[in-house]
Amino acid sequence: MDYEALGLTAGIEIHQQLDTREKLFCRCPTRLRNIEERTAEIHRYLRPTVSEMGVIDRAAAEEMKQTRLFTYYTYDTTCLIENDDEPPTPMNPEALDIGLTIAKLLSMTVIDQVHTMRKMVIDGSNTPGFQRTALIAMNGVAGNDCRIESICLEEEAAQRVAGNTFSLDRMGIPLLEITTAPCMHTPEEVREVAAYIGMVLRSTGRVKRGLGTIRQDVNISIAEGARIEIKGVQDLDLIPEVVSREVQRQVSLLAIRDELSSRGASLPDDGIDVTDLFRETKSKVLKKARSIMAVNLKGFAGIVGREIQPGRRLGSEMSDYAKKCGVGGIFHTDELPAYGITDEDVAALKEACGAGSDDCVVLVAGTAAEASCAILQVLSRGRMAFEGVPEETRKMLPEGSSAYMRPLPGAARMYPETDVLPIALSREMVDGIVLPELLSDRAARFRREYGIDEDLARRIAYSDRLITFEKAVLAGIKPSLAARTLLSTMRELSRDGVDCSDIDDDQCILLLTRVNEGGVAKEAVPDILRALAGGLDLDGAIESVGPAFSVADLESLVDRIVDERSDFIRERGMAALGPVMGIVMKEVRGRIDGQVVSDVLKRSIQKIL
Amino acid sequence: MKTGDQVSCTISGIAVDGIYITERDGMAVVKLKSGYNIGIHPHQVAFQGDGEELAVAEPPVVQDTRLPVFSIISTGGTIASRVDYRTGAVTSRSTADDIVRAIPELGAIGQYRTRQPFSILSENMRPAMWIDLARAVYEEIEAGVRGIVVTHGTDTMAYSASALSFMLDTPVPVIFVGSQRSADRPSSDNAMNTLCSVAAADADLGEVLVCMHATSDDDYCAVHRATRVRKMHTSRRDAFKSIGTEPVATVTYPDLQVKRRDVAVRRDATDLALHDTLEERCALIPYYPGMDPAILDAHSSCRGLVIAGTGLGHIGSSMLDGIRQLKADGTTIVMTSQCLHGRVCSRVYNTGRDLLQAGVIEGDDMLPETALVKLMWVLGQTDEPQEISRLMQENLKGEIQRRSLYGL
Repeated sequence: MDYEALGLTAGIEIHQQLDTREKLFCRCPTRLRNIEERTAEIHRYLRPTVSEMGVIDRAAAEEMKQTRLFTYYTYDTTCLIENDDEPPTPMNPEALDIGLTIAKLLSMTVIDQVHTMRKMVIDGSNTPGFQRTALIAMNGVAGNDCRIESICLEEEAAQRVAGNTFSLDRMGIPLLEITTAPCMHTPEEVREVAAYIGMVLRSTGRVKRGLGTIRQDVNISIAEGARIEIKGVQDLDLIPEVVSREVQRQVSLLAIRDELSSRGASLPDDGIDVTDLFRETKSKVLKKARSIMAVNLKGFAGIVGREIQPGRRLGSEMSDYAKKCGVGGIFHTDELPAYGITDEDVAALKEACGAGSDDCVVLVAGTAAEASCAILQVLSRGRMAFEGVPEETRKMLPEGSSAYMRPLPGAARMYPETDVLPIALSREMVDGIVLPELLSDRAARFRREYGIDEDLARRIAYSDRLITFEKAVLAGIKPSLAARTLLSTMRELSRDGVDCSDIDDDQCILLLTRVNEGGVAKEAVPDILRALAGGLDLDGAIESVGPAFSVADLESLVDRIVDERSDFIRERGMAALGPVMGIVMKEVRGRIDGQVVSDVLKRSIQKIL
Repeated sequence: MKTGDQVSCTISGIAVDGIYITERDGMAVVKLKSGYNIGIHPHQVAFQGDGEELAVAEPPVVQDTRLPVFSIISTGGTIASRVDYRTGAVTSRSTADDIVRAIPELGAIGQYRTRQPFSILSENMRPAMWIDLARAVYEEIEAGVRGIVVTHGTDTMAYSASALSFMLDTPVPVIFVGSQRSADRPSSDNAMNTLCSVAAADADLGEVLVCMHATSDDDYCAVHRATRVRKMHTSRRDAFKSIGTEPVATVTYPDLQVKRRDVAVRRDATDLALHDTLEERCALIPYYPGMDPAILDAHSSCRGLVIAGTGLGHIGSSMLDGIRQLKADGTTIVMTSQCLHGRVCSRVYNTGRDLLQAGVIEGDDMLPETALVKLMWVLGQTDEPQEISRLMQENLKGEIQRRSLYGL
């Protein structure tokens, strides 16, 4: 796709959990728990509050289509503040310090006086009905020339357990929200900026790592399209796919818009009741439905069923809108006959609706209220098709396509958090922040100072084991040995199901020191790590792999093996080295260094030849 | 610059549009387009234009004239408020229409008259205001309403409710209500508390009561007798507890079913009467180890003094002379206990017997705050020492219970 010609504009919002000792506005630890460990449940309702203009925010209104009772799980690691039963504490200075450090790394201007706000969120994920958030810095730059608009420090929401039940362990963990300007123009650029910001975040060594600790929201639009926010992209490598599929969707929707207008397509104001038409149908869903509504979309034939994104049709979009009313989905004549609905059913339906061959009829089934609500939603989405691309918040689907979630929230849903006093940020405070070395700089330094290759240097700099690596090198271990052990060896072990994460740094470094000094064979390292992960101490682990082999022991073993295979060796000459080496290694693996074995064997073979 | 003006802020050389809100600690507070407020040095803020006046859409509220009439009297505790997202300001609302607009379910229960005798934070409440409040409630009952709801800040709600208990003989329920979480937040307890209060005001009850969340859940409210209720937590929704007794009733939510207990005073059991005189020169002091007896001298102008003593109702013997002196100067002294739960008994130990001899009145199982309010009221009714003593020791509005029940 020619993204420049299409006028692609994209921006990202990155949400990163901070690894602080306490939460942002209470003194609870930032620890996630198993729901089995919960201590109690709290049951609450939330009500939308009305603004001075007499309106309820459109995104909030969509969440409140029905009154819901929310359930919250509490733990011995949560308190009355998460329960919304105690006012918040002052903002956690540790979190603010991390935020300011990142702001400084991104060359941003820090706000003179930080004001905490309440952002209305009434989907139940925040017990007070709002999320506390504060703008702390503005106008920075990421990488080459992408402008960072703002950094906000906010509270993480509670985790949904199921339905309207939430777990309070996650709520209140400090979250840094970094918003870029819409300055990216290709999918690859979006991935690069996201990766750069992620690298800056990790450079502090004070952000949480692991699943769900960093989330990207991507804002995408093309010329004549609309701003679409796709929430919750967790995997960086999926970003280009998400962007390209969204561009594809918007291009398809614009083509549909043009085609509808050239066909002179039109929509009625409401659907009609066709419940009686399906009394004798073979479709199980329709047969048991209390009410079936249909609507004739004039001039829409072939368009509702047209793919606009891999696996998604215009019909899928209509279906997402209809589902807000509680129905399971929709049927449309572009995909019928199917699902037990026969040719005769379709013919009767088309006739009842007065539909011609250019038209598409949409069906919805449910209770009377659900069906009539759903048919209006289908019509509403149908009308948007004439305009092109509706502004929406969407959620990412596993392969990179996306589904409708709700309208874009209005800007008008933020008011001051009066329980938290403003915080003045002085120049001295910002000047006093000591910047950590960026991971990218650190990788370059490793390459320069330790002579390890570029890829390995980058991988070690970005890995969880960076600190262990630096300690090991400081202890005099060869950087290449340390890097290989901490990256390749441990990764291979984890593929075998061995969890090395609990192995103590000191044990690890001591082991590598022994290898460095020749006391332990390099080859023994995986088995020793395996034993360490199993809970043995270092000496026990080394012992378990087998007693060390002296060079004298090795020489007699090699001589014996060479002697037994003398015919073979004479026949092959030095080419026999490889096969025989394999036999020797089987006996001594892990107990003596491979290089030593090879030297001894070479000498022994040369003696025969 | 004034609130609502359109301004432009220069941040690292880039202009950002916003709305001027106010000045705070030498900083200009500006609401940016994104909705965030920031504090910024005033010299970085440039005036761009006058703020737009936004017409406030107020959909009309139609009250159903077939429903019973209730009176909502606001004292400053807000049960309805509205957020201005433009400036972020929260304004409280107290007209009947505002309240029904904020809590639409109220419209299905009744029609509403509203009054606002004053609007204060409940920590600024004074006994003179109890009199104004009692008169307002009296007039509303006289006007024939089905029940009264008084919205009140939670800090001193129990004092005010208790005061009205003594000043007012009421044939209809007078329900005090407030919220622990402010009404502008989606999670506020205001709506449920108010709905339950109106249900209680509609019920077969005839006394002054406090209606608040019974648990941390949005499941039911407890209706407490005004003279036996106390705020026992600084922030929880279920801060209000009946002490030494069970709540008079419960109201479930959201179905608003009122369950009355036998101890409740029924509707129309009492004729309407107002006794609106109080002696304000009264004090409540706790005794503590090392207390300087001179503190008593500072109370020499008091006509009544309630002491929250230790245990069964004690104070250190070093205080005895001061007590005798106060008594001789004509001050009525009532002993209660800082234990809150239980009954004072000054006959068990010597200290207690000395206090009795000095003329201190045993406060029985009255809560210290209730004893203070009652003493103000009793001293407002009579100057006769014997009569004062009799009234203080007699149960007038459920403040004294003859028996201490196990399990409460």
